[in-house]
Amino acid sequence: MNKVTFNVDRCKGCGLCVTVCPKKIISLSSTNLNQKGYHPAEITDMSKCIACAMCATMCPDTVIKVEKE
Amino acid sequence: MVVFDRPKALSDVPLHYCPGCTHGIVHRLVAEAIDDLGVVDKTVGIAPVGCSVFAYNYFECDMIEAAHGRAPAVATGVKRTNPDTVVFTYQGDGDLAAIGTAETVHACARGENLTIIFINNCIYGMTGGQMAPTSMPGQVTTTSPYGRDRKIQGSPIRVCEMLSTLDGVAYAERVSVDCPKNVLHAKKAIKKAFQNQIDKKGLSIIEVLSTCPSNWGKSPIESLEWLRNEMMPYYPLGVYKDIDAKEEDK
Repeated sequence: MNKVTFNVDRCKGCGLCVTVCPKKIISLSSTNLNQKGYHPAEITDMSKCIACAMCATMCPDTVIKVEKE
Repeated sequence: MVVFDRPKALSDVPLHYCPGCTHGIVHRLVAEAIDDLGVVDKTVGIAPVGCSVFAYNYFECDMIEAAHGRAPAVATGVKRTNPDTVVFTYQGDGDLAAIGTAETVHACARGENLTIIFINNCIYGMTGGQMAPTSMPGQVTTTSPYGRDRKIQGSPIRVCEMLSTLDGVAYAERVSVDCPKNVLHAKKAIKKAFQNQIDKKGLSIIEVLSTCPSNWGKSPIESLEWLRNEMMPYYPLGVYKDIDAKEEDK
């Protein structure tokens, strides 16, 4: 399976990755807060990920690492 | 297989920028270009004054902090005394297009072999959202509370168009980082600007249309829409000068 990992404590919850995901599987967490106090981005359904890395391309804080199987 | 990971030339520290600020994207693109060309050991970056004043903390190459607007002058000194180094400046619109106009224009006129990364976000970010020379007509800032009035404050400066008229400039392009496609294109442009310097072609300037969600008073996503709808028509993307371009492309 393709794998997307977030460096959660670096995330500032800006949501740019959410808007560009073609599979719409990224959302800002409604329950979790990170160290900085933001709602970090998270993947809702990893099995749908196509490892296009658009989320990582738009992330201003280089939070995201994308691996393709 | 790793498809995307942090470039090695970008330090592994948190950036101080506001959420959604596109400075982070451009920092990463510069670091990727340095990595791709394998020049991190001989690169010297010149940090400006403005939001990106701490840029010296974020790159693994040598960095120098210049006085406000004087980055091209400092870069000239570094490059002339150490011609084998790869020197880039990273400047905002307040730094490059306002207080540093003289240094910028004359570095271009002299055709110094440098790479200038110019972030245009239509506002002074660090000092609290004052009007910049690049602010849009009608744009509300803390120093133009009724909107920028062309009759009083003039029209915004189109830096790439202005500098492309100077003989010393080898490459001038305006790019944007509002969507993944444009980010990937911006990366190509930035890499070419570094390659030009390595090939001793002259000065390359890349203007990056960027956002400032905090001072524009918009969310990060609304900011990108504002960039597309308001900035792009006034600041068209494209190559304004490229000495490599074939005659028929011009």
